[in-house]
Amino acid sequence: MRARVFVTLKPSVFDPQGRTIAEALHSLGYNGVEDVRQGKYFELDLATTEAAQAKALAAEVADKLLANPVIESYRIEVG
Amino acid sequence: MKFAVIVFPGSNCDHDAFHAATHVLGQSAELIWHKDTDLKGADFVILPGGFAHGDYLRTGAMARFSPIMREVKAFAERGGPVLGICNGFQILLEAGLLPGAMLRNRGLKYRCEHVYVRVEQTDTPVTCGAHVGQVLRIPIGHGEGNYYAPPDVLERIEANRQVVLRYTTADGQLDDDANPNGSVHAIAGLCSERRNVVGMMPHPERAAEPALGCVDGLVILESIVKAFATA
Repeated sequence: MRARVFVTLKPSVFDPQGRTIAEALHSLGYNGVEDVRQGKYFELDLATTEAAQAKALAAEVADKLLANPVIESYRIEVG
Repeated sequence: MKFAVIVFPGSNCDHDAFHAATHVLGQSAELIWHKDTDLKGADFVILPGGFAHGDYLRTGAMARFSPIMREVKAFAERGGPVLGICNGFQILLEAGLLPGAMLRNRGLKYRCEHVYVRVEQTDTPVTCGAHVGQVLRIPIGHGEGNYYAPPDVLERIEANRQVVLRYTTADGQLDDDANPNGSVHAIAGLCSERRNVVGMMPHPERAAEPALGCVDGLVILESIVKAFATA
């Protein structure tokens, strides 16, 4: 089963990369894009076929390694 | 005294730190591989600069799981002095030995230049030979030195006087233009609550001999020996 982990900087943390991309889009005329937050995306191929197990394992590795809880938060999708 | 310089795969200031400890300070030192599990009787541990494990995920993210880090943590918990320089500072943050985290530099650029830092505290093993307010000219070289801590943590850090170095102008004034990476409160160096663990982004080992064009790093390095002698 596949788990997808989306890691982003917390809303309270300034994202200089996202801001630069937003400014680049504005320079291309996309003024309707008000802001951009850049993050990281991980696809985990897991041995389990149980969604609950997959989610728990993905959360464990996200807590342990994929995200730094001081600055980042994450969201998990499975299946 | 004896220094341990930890070598991670991707460390690249390990030999500079070793050279500073041995040839500049005249002390003994040993390079210790990250898979080792023994600090070999060292009195002081240096986590050097570089790109430990490639820093592919986040700076320092993998290094904290290296076997030697268990020993470094235990050493720090016993009150042993530890200095993380640049990538070493990032590793100390990821390992939870210091509070906060590093973000990409505010301007997104890798900054490699001399900066000025002001000594804020002198009751640490790396600043005991300095005086409060002393301004040091020391080089930096990093892309992720934008120190961040949530407001409540930042308040605690300041209340505990844990900020050891701040980026300033040459005459010691806080100025946003003198902050090379956007660090909150212009933090360039930080110590633990017990004050024995210190992280700093500037490289004192790159400013320790006249041939390097600057010797202000000696204030940091000689403090280490002084702290050991007076402990």
